[in-house]
Amino acid sequence: MMEFFYGIPVLGLFVQLAAYLVQIVPGIAPIMLAISVPLAFGALCGIMNERSGVVNIGIEGMMLLAAFFGFIAAGFAAGSAELETSGPFGVTLPIVFGVAVAVLVAVLLSALHAWLSITIRTDQIISGTIINIAALGLTGYLNRIFISPNPRLGAGTFRTWGPPDWLTDLPVVGWLFNMFLKQGPIAMSLIVFVILLQVLLFRSRWGLRTRAVGEHPRAADTLGINVFALRYRNVILGGVFAGLAGAFLTLEQTGSFQNGMTAGRGFIALACVIFGRWTPIGAFGAALLFAGADAFGRTVRLIPPSGDLAPLGDILGTVPAQFYGVLPYLVTIIVLAGAVGRSVPPAADGQPYVKEGEGG
Amino acid sequence: MRLREAGGNALAIVAVPALAVLLGLVAGAVVMIISNSLSTGVTDLTLPLGAYGSMLAGSVTGLDELVRTVSEAAPLILAGLSVGIGFKAGLFNIGANGQYLMGALGAAGTAAAVSAWSPWAAIPMALGAGMLAGTVYGFIPGALKAWTGAHEVVTTIMLNFIAAATIAYLVTGPLRTPGASFARTGDVGNAALPIIIGRQTGTGDLGILFALAAVPLAWLLLSRSVLGFEIRTTGANPSAALYAGMRPGRLIILTMSLCGLLAGLAGAGQVLGISHFISASYSTSVGFDAITVALLGRAHPIGILFAALLFGLMRAGSALMQIRERVPVEIIDVIQAVILLFLAADIIVRTIFRIRTERGGVEELKTVTRTYGGAA
Amino acid sequence: MDLNEGSGRDHLVSAASLPLQPGTGPRDGAPPVLEMRGVTKRYPGVLANDHIDLDLRAGEIHGLLGENGAGKTTLMNILYGLVTPDEGEILLDGKAVQIREPSDAIARGISMVHQHFMLVPVLSVADNILLGEEPMAGPIFLDRAGSQRRIRELSKSFGWEVDPNQRVESLSVGWQQRVEILKALYRSARVLVLDEPTAVLTPQETNEIFSVLRKLRAEGYAIVFISHKLYEVLEIADRITVIRRGRVVGSRRPSETDEDDLAELMVGREVKLTVERGTSHPGEPVLVVDNLHARDDRRHETVRGINLSVRAGEILGIAGVAGNGQDELVQSLTGLRRPTSGHVTILGRDVTGHPPAALYRGGLAHVPADRQRHGLVMSFPLDDNLILTDYGSRPYATTGGLIRDPEAIDKRADELIAEFDIRTPSREVAVSTLSGGNQQKAIVAREFSKGPSVLILDQPTRGLDVGSIEFIRQQAVAMRDRGVAILLVSAELDEVMELSDRIAVIYRGELVATVDGRSANREDIGLLMATGRAAANGAQPDTVTQ
Repeated sequence: MMEFFYGIPVLGLFVQLAAYLVQIVPGIAPIMLAISVPLAFGALCGIMNERSGVVNIGIEGMMLLAAFFGFIAAGFAAGSAELETSGPFGVTLPIVFGVAVAVLVAVLLSALHAWLSITIRTDQIISGTIINIAALGLTGYLNRIFISPNPRLGAGTFRTWGPPDWLTDLPVVGWLFNMFLKQGPIAMSLIVFVILLQVLLFRSRWGLRTRAVGEHPRAADTLGINVFALRYRNVILGGVFAGLAGAFLTLEQTGSFQNGMTAGRGFIALACVIFGRWTPIGAFGAALLFAGADAFGRTVRLIPPSGDLAPLGDILGTVPAQFYGVLPYLVTIIVLAGAVGRSVPPAADGQPYVKEGEGG
Repeated sequence: MRLREAGGNALAIVAVPALAVLLGLVAGAVVMIISNSLSTGVTDLTLPLGAYGSMLAGSVTGLDELVRTVSEAAPLILAGLSVGIGFKAGLFNIGANGQYLMGALGAAGTAAAVSAWSPWAAIPMALGAGMLAGTVYGFIPGALKAWTGAHEVVTTIMLNFIAAATIAYLVTGPLRTPGASFARTGDVGNAALPIIIGRQTGTGDLGILFALAAVPLAWLLLSRSVLGFEIRTTGANPSAALYAGMRPGRLIILTMSLCGLLAGLAGAGQVLGISHFISASYSTSVGFDAITVALLGRAHPIGILFAALLFGLMRAGSALMQIRERVPVEIIDVIQAVILLFLAADIIVRTIFRIRTERGGVEELKTVTRTYGGAA
Repeated sequence: MDLNEGSGRDHLVSAASLPLQPGTGPRDGAPPVLEMRGVTKRYPGVLANDHIDLDLRAGEIHGLLGENGAGKTTLMNILYGLVTPDEGEILLDGKAVQIREPSDAIARGISMVHQHFMLVPVLSVADNILLGEEPMAGPIFLDRAGSQRRIRELSKSFGWEVDPNQRVESLSVGWQQRVEILKALYRSARVLVLDEPTAVLTPQETNEIFSVLRKLRAEGYAIVFISHKLYEVLEIADRITVIRRGRVVGSRRPSETDEDDLAELMVGREVKLTVERGTSHPGEPVLVVDNLHARDDRRHETVRGINLSVRAGEILGIAGVAGNGQDELVQSLTGLRRPTSGHVTILGRDVTGHPPAALYRGGLAHVPADRQRHGLVMSFPLDDNLILTDYGSRPYATTGGLIRDPEAIDKRADELIAEFDIRTPSREVAVSTLSGGNQQKAIVAREFSKGPSVLILDQPTRGLDVGSIEFIRQQAVAMRDRGVAILLVSAELDEVMELSDRIAVIYRGELVATVDGRSANREDIGLLMATGRAAANGAQPDTVTQ
């Protein structure tokens, strides 16, 4: 019966597409979540910054430097210690050390960005760009010096947990459990942070004051709220998320470092923030969307539509392989074009705060 | 921008960028020493001297070297103007890299097709194709910004990645020339830019003249033409530009297209003048260097010229530096980042060296950030 | 019913239950609650406060009078901790105190209602009022229900029905001002500073604020009332201190002074605050607006069928509370917004929806409300700004409009600087270095001397010193006498009444009345501005035929 719907010209292809998606999504759901992890963490960092009124486009650079230094730290720690894994995640001391270093590096860079943006009042987009250029340059240089001569450097990665079958075999929701639980520790922590940040942002005193500072810092100032301190704290804490994103790349997803491996994720994360209307849950949804596009592209090449869906498979097969690689970037552009203007940023986003009475 | 103002303030204008460069070189020296000591166990304090010395040796000590420096600088001049003119309009053209790549692609592909034609026809065809490709690639983010408000900072970076993928696809596919051991386009043949100075192939080509000519043209555009006034007003205050009767949307599109044209010309010039083909993994750092060049030159054509020459010098000499002193060429990126840092935090420079000029920098950057979320 | 944890706020509940008492004035013999001694603040190039002494007693309303830029706001910002003084001290109850930040001021019982709204538009009324002193349910989370309860109680004690959950941006300016006052009172124990609280209010709303202030005075509050409106200060204050150029130049009781005396103190010379308007001799209609509709940025229709016509040689003033469609009306007439329907004609030619450049060529000139955002490019030199709306026309551009002619621009700039007496070191300095008055003069010089047929003035004297205000108003009348059709939009009712030959009142996007400028009555217009109706019985007011 479905063949009838598949056979309708043009529209039938979309029906086939829907059927194909239904077919593959449960299987690729864990991969989708994994791909979304750096995007979502990057977006959480972006939200911490922009909700407070600071634009941070240096998330890409922070991620890259965190990934690099986390990897190196773990690698050198592993070189001199006994690798004894423990627990369901394959936790070893070197890897944990690497994560700590990654987070620390991102936090330090966030402090730099905070200082440049809040105290020096440099243009914030330039400040972020500096971090990005520095990251590419520094990691390229240090890669050449420290990693290339040591090809077997590395501490491995966290292992993904295997959720029990009785959970993943549940009808309807089983695949959701699979998606969220067949992950390593950093990926699992993502959903916790998303929910935590969402609740705190809209129901806690910290969240209210943060939003006020991002919308109308002078009003907050006149009520006794320390705008500078709040912005510094939020920007620096946001760095934790960028650090986790970077750590995920080299210590949970792959076990190695490549030049420029962030490949624009930090910027896609910014699009997630805009698309998600500066809310953690919205940004997480957007990240899943982008990750979905990426996963879709990979799956189409590995498991093309077949059988009843062969017509779809033929069409998709004519599309060059590189197209699927750029799908996330294309989707980002399309999303931005549609979302901006409809979704309103915090009113003071990007404007350095000058206390009344000081030269501006 | 009147010449008489520029003369009077020359020292003030140049001081901060020059000192930022100095501090960048110092920082680079420190990084060299530390990383060398960590990896080899030897702390060699004279390493930077040798490194910078080799850099100079490879870039200014002879005619060949000077030609190489200017050749490296040429695309940086064009790309720097691309980014700089964007700044003047309140736009941050991080996409110069992608526009450069598309320009190179357009030129390489077209040149391979017309390689047997007379040079008088082939060169303009190939150059024109490269410039057109760059212009289109600048038009896209410009139109997106003008029509939808999507900020160029993110869209152009996405387009950079897409450009690289486009090259990969086309050069392994339709544009691939048979008979080569790796995927590449055909030789440009008669579309090659003739060498006008120096003896070495691979440097000193006609492209240098285009780059040098672009500087006074850009200056005339910005300071003397009505269009330049419109561009500068849009960058300084888009609301006032609207009130003054200008059309900011149209100006954004026009400016981004012009930026794309310049960066595309840079890429086309490189292919037609130096490499004569491109491979499937063709890439460049010109677009990012151009950002530093534009900021160092305070978005002024003359400043950009000098900044580009400085970077051209560093890049030209870096090969020798890597050979002689084993310092990876990426150190230039590190130096670059530090220079940018000191430009951004110019208060540090002014405090260390006790300069009392007013805050310099590119004013129009405020408009770049203000339009980030779609507001104007 | 316990509103809060002490600190003397219980009286807030009782204030409303007191009958209105005549002002009892400061209780003599009681020591001043607040003293500021020798307060001095210097900025580069200007001495904002010059050894100012001020004292304030409990149960007193102290008027602080001075023109724009005199230093009143700076002084109060020092009191509130937003600005650090260079010299001087502050004493509360006779003891010297350090106020370094707003939180210090708040802790000491000083509250301030600022000149520009300090409300976060996207947050609710409750969030705005309680920000900084939020009721908590535990260490982390807010007590939402408790917040709402408190706001309802607080506002009811003033007889105001306020919805705690309503977003502030959807409130009228009158209601926003009430929220600001509630915000100040939620915290204050003793000293309340109000900086130009009635600037955007109708006469009726002003009266209401005054009765609230009188109640608070009876309760023992010490109140500072800053204004540049003489008659208001005379009406409400017990004592008046006049500040000019950063110094205290006089202190009076209302009974011993009048408007002329205060005006002279304020400005330092004899000044007529009203301009000689003379009679107008209007000619044919120049600007005709027919059934105009327009929407704001959020797609709400804010201009709902406006008809008006302005004749040559007359000034039509639009009076209205801010936010009733004036902005969108002006934008629709000046090419900055596309009307959704209706027609605009200038000298008979239909110009509906035309862009600014075309309108300027057709004889329109526009002095915008926000001089720094729209009227000028602050970082550009003065000469470029003086031809900003003509930049592409001859003689400033030649060769087919492609190349600029610096000499022609400089020549014109010199002419305008001389003719309009713009104080500037040279024509090449950035306009950001000029004073507000000179910046506005530059815009006026540019627009007036283009020889327009229609001139649209939007808040032309906002925030300016008296000298500049005089000058610009005189120039406007001169333009009228030269036969220009002038449309004046101003939130200051006094300005509209002073300059206009005819006055139209805008209310919720419609013109609800048009009256003759000479015979107009302030109270009537105020009522129209606030309610759209002339009298309590809802009768339509007389309309002067156009």
